Amino acid sequence: MTPRRMARKGRDMLDDFFTRAILAGVGLALAVGPLGCFIVWRRMAYFGDTMAHSALLGVALSLLFDINLMAGVFFVAVAVSVALIVLQRGRSLSTDALLGILSHSTLAIGLVLVAFMSWVRVDLMGFLFGDILAVSRADIGFIWAGGAIVLAGIWALWRPLLAATVNAELAEAEGMRPERARFAFMLLMALVIAIAMKIVGILLITSLLIIPAAAARRFAPTPEAMAVLASLIGVAAVVAGLYGSLSFDTPSGPSIVVAALLLFLVGQIPALGPKEPST
Amino acid sequence: MRGVDLTVARGEIVTLIGPNGSGKSTTARTAIGILAPSEGTVRRRTDLVVGYVPQKLTIDWTLPLAVRRLMTLTGSYPGDAIEAALAAVGITHLADRQVQHLSGGEFQRALLARAMVRKPDLLILDEPVQGVDFSGEIALYDLIKQIRNDTGCGILLISHDLHVVMAETDTVICLNGHVCCRGTPQAVAESPEYLQLFGARAAATLAVYNHHHDHTHLPDGRVRHADGSVTEHCHPGDGHHGHTHDHPHGEGHDDAAPHGAKGQGHA
Repeated sequence: MTPRRMARKGRDMLDDFFTRAILAGVGLALAVGPLGCFIVWRRMAYFGDTMAHSALLGVALSLLFDINLMAGVFFVAVAVSVALIVLQRGRSLSTDALLGILSHSTLAIGLVLVAFMSWVRVDLMGFLFGDILAVSRADIGFIWAGGAIVLAGIWALWRPLLAATVNAELAEAEGMRPERARFAFMLLMALVIAIAMKIVGILLITSLLIIPAAAARRFAPTPEAMAVLASLIGVAAVVAGLYGSLSFDTPSGPSIVVAALLLFLVGQIPALGPKEPST
Repeated sequence: MRGVDLTVARGEIVTLIGPNGSGKSTTARTAIGILAPSEGTVRRRTDLVVGYVPQKLTIDWTLPLAVRRLMTLTGSYPGDAIEAALAAVGITHLADRQVQHLSGGEFQRALLARAMVRKPDLLILDEPVQGVDFSGEIALYDLIKQIRNDTGCGILLISHDLHVVMAETDTVICLNGHVCCRGTPQAVAESPEYLQLFGARAAATLAVYNHHHDHTHLPDGRVRHADGSVTEHCHPGDGHHGHTHDHPHGEGHDDAAPHGAKGQGHA
């Protein structure tokens, strides 16, 4: 039985939690496609992971000081990326090692803090692996508003970011401000993590950025086409993953990532792709 | 870096040479404002348009970037301006090729075209012939000269490659933390400071490339003559030449000075 038929059969019991999940997931996938391309082009996967892992520290601090979760996660992610820039200037350790330290220590501190706060009940699994089926109407509003900001930001930054991706010096020599674009990019990344946490969870956020972009690469003749295609592949992964999760009673966040991976793998079949140009 | 003083006027080619770490790139970066000098001043013409060909440019294979898209990396330009820039460096036929699939020489030409389409007042070329074989090097230097002649832009060229220094260079500045010596290419090659810095062996292999031939071989196989015309082939008697030559195409050309270390012979 196909997931689709099963979903149709079970439509009555769907209520609208499933519609809400689809809306939230599609909104996120549309927003992160272009951002994911830059993560892939600039080889920032580990950087994205580090920012995402810091989200748990953001959650812990938000609970501790009783502030909005998304705001807390956003500010901690920004703080971690600023810390990375400052530490990079010190040149004592490689960026790779710095990322490893920041990534796992923020995650660990977050876990320890949560354990200390015996007075709040925290659904740790929900934060780590996402709980898209529990998104509220307000969450959808935040996701679409945040997603719109991310897309508008990427649109505005597109030329300097792309030029700096090719060569930062070239961009700077020809009158652009790659450092400023890079900082703005990190703010957008922090925003994505804040809105994506509920959908795929802290540990899987970067996969939703990287896998659709990687899947789009083979079929994209230009950077712009790759960004659009990454968004569309992300949407397909969200829809397929959620239906799969419903059919097979699997956790929703990981199901979305598995769906994205399957799309990526199908795209790698040689017969499906455009002819590889000879060198 | 200390005590460096240079100017690049319109239509002038200034070449910075020196060993690795001698401050060539630092000097160029300061000149265009990427770096601020800790002492001294930099004066640039107002609204100076800079075209930049960076050193060691590798583009991640995950970035789908055709030559034509590369042209509009830092600005929008009309289609005919892009075509003209591609034609000027002889890579019109590569416009839709992904940059990762270009050879070293083709990629350097694409980068030159990208810088040229901006119609720059000042062109900065950081090691423009790296990764290019010897005959390609000569063709690129020809092209650089041609660009200067056609557009009248100033060119600041950086090179650690001592084998070939363009004879068209108006001023060579030899750097090693300070200005070691400066002057015409010939004068620098013979100066005692230069000999001391690079040693007699290096100096012996230095070839000042005198530009004696009169046409350029474009990568698509056509030939561009000194009078600006482009033909499919060139023959000594076709009226495009002021002198005759007998070397096969694609080889180095007849130069006054020896080529030295790379030992490329002539037919």
